[in-house]
Amino acid sequence: MRLRTLVLREIFERKSQLLTSFLAILLGITVIVSIKNISYYSEKAVALEMDSLGANVLVLPKSSTLQDYYAADMQGETIPEEYVTQLAMSDLAGLDNLSPKLSMPIELQGKGFTLTGILPKSEFQAKAAWSGAGVFSRPIGCGASVGMMGSEDKKTLARKRVIETLEDNEVLVGADVATKLALKETDSLEVLGKTFSVTAVLPQTGTVDDARIFAHLHVVQDLSKKGPVINAIEVIGCCQEISKGLVEKINRLLPDAKVVTITQIADAQIKINRMMSNLSLMFLVIIIFVGGASIANYMYANVYERRREIGTLMALGASSGLVLRIFMLKALILGVAGGVGGYAIGTVLAVILGPKLAGVIVLPMPMLALLAVGVSVVLALAASYFPARRAARLDPCATFQEV
Amino acid sequence: MLRMENVSKSYTHRGRMVKALDSATLHIPAGDFVSLVGPSGSGKSTLLLMLGGMLSPSEGRVLLESSSVYDLSPSDRAKMRREKVGFVFQTFNLVPYLSALENVQVPLFLAKMEEKAQKDRATALLERVGLADRLDHKPGELSVGQQQRVALARMLANEPAIILADEPTGNLDPETSQQIISFLEEFHAEGKTIVMVTHDPHAAKRAKRTLRLQSGTITCQQADQGRQKLL
Repeated sequence: MRLRTLVLREIFERKSQLLTSFLAILLGITVIVSIKNISYYSEKAVALEMDSLGANVLVLPKSSTLQDYYAADMQGETIPEEYVTQLAMSDLAGLDNLSPKLSMPIELQGKGFTLTGILPKSEFQAKAAWSGAGVFSRPIGCGASVGMMGSEDKKTLARKRVIETLEDNEVLVGADVATKLALKETDSLEVLGKTFSVTAVLPQTGTVDDARIFAHLHVVQDLSKKGPVINAIEVIGCCQEISKGLVEKINRLLPDAKVVTITQIADAQIKINRMMSNLSLMFLVIIIFVGGASIANYMYANVYERRREIGTLMALGASSGLVLRIFMLKALILGVAGGVGGYAIGTVLAVILGPKLAGVIVLPMPMLALLAVGVSVVLALAASYFPARRAARLDPCATFQEV
Repeated sequence: MLRMENVSKSYTHRGRMVKALDSATLHIPAGDFVSLVGPSGSGKSTLLLMLGGMLSPSEGRVLLESSSVYDLSPSDRAKMRREKVGFVFQTFNLVPYLSALENVQVPLFLAKMEEKAQKDRATALLERVGLADRLDHKPGELSVGQQQRVALARMLANEPAIILADEPTGNLDPETSQQIISFLEEFHAEGKTIVMVTHDPHAAKRAKRTLRLQSGTITCQQADQGRQKLL
């Protein structure tokens, strides 16, 4: 005979009475684990999707408006190029990539196009101070830019908004420009008296980018004679950081600029995250109240039912501490069983339902087992403490009341 | 061995003071076999509970081997019960979900005995009360007489010096009652001190002496060889 034997025998002898409490805690933990598991993979999937969309934050001149995300740099207003340096040198978390732009209208063969100056990433890396403290030396969040880092394919500009290198005599041309001017790679192109070599024809995007000719920012600045200015900085910001207020932080850093986010995209992400988080919290509250009340109610009834047994144990020499331990061990077993069972069922449900409900592949998350068992055990112990204490303080004379 | 000095117990019931025991003074020497008789509500069980360290008096002292039982801490009192006192109940009070063997193991577990030793001792005790073939039976699978014998085996587990029996034959037929009383006589012959509350005059007569309680007061003591009014 051990304490464990005494507790387990009682549990199995009266298992039907325990069933309701066990089910309450099991269901609660199951739901929490399912939601957490699905939401984790859903957030991950949305983050990757966001990344594939390209830049999601724009830094614009104060007076400009965001009528069209892709044409945001074509309004004529400018901001100092120094802003790029300030952002790159800042300690803001969540800045995965920066892409400054200066655009000017041009006419080639009687047709209107846009010449856009961009700063390749190699410019950032060339500056020792920047690479020491800049955005590109920081770990990349949200999975953004992975794949672009080592890519030499200049066509990635169409999707990633940033390219690795761009020489002074090189241009990238949009799909419409290439079609209208009958251009292909390695062709020469004269723009505002300067001859460029076409290094890449960008794939069709269906945006104004298709009518752009991309050249090095500093070359475009020289051609426009506007000095070291830009029209916009496209920022690939980590979605999670955007939801944590990245835009406000950039605003504080650059008070004379206007910082906007692609709100409909970020909002969708934020809304999904918030909904999942609220759902999870709601179930946590439900399980604490319903599960906790159910366990406490069961334990009080169990103590009342077993008062003669408790009195007998005390008459045989059991201390109050031992009686308390008997009930707390029972609560611990209930908590562990509810947590492990809830984790197992919740994980299976998440894996099965994840693809159907959220359209994402869900894999088991061992870390959730700790959360499940932790919540379940703490709840069971907390709900059982007062009933157990009542048992420990029970008047053993109840044993003799039949006389 | 056991002594009560001017012990009173009173409690309030619906605003009225009720005296369950009134200035009881009593001495039970080691090896005594005392039966406590009296009408229902006369204070027999109250007196037994107080002797067993289960119910504190409102006034007076209860002494076991010269130490005041209710001046001990609750854990020391539990230890005292575990080591020196064995209870037998009218309704046996066996743990329903444990087998006969496990029920007898409970006091040994409380005394922190090693599991193998618990089983050996419990088996020997059940053999002694004639239940060697019922070790794995749960109380519900035993007759009332067998249940009371399991309770006797459990009571003997830690070899208590004092046995406090509360109506041990109250729920039994005459033949089984006879069997239980014989066991108590056997334990008495082995040197144990027994205090037995009973309504059964035949059982009471088997004790060495009889105390009668009336309305919370010990009214007389009858020796087994005759009747002698003391108080």
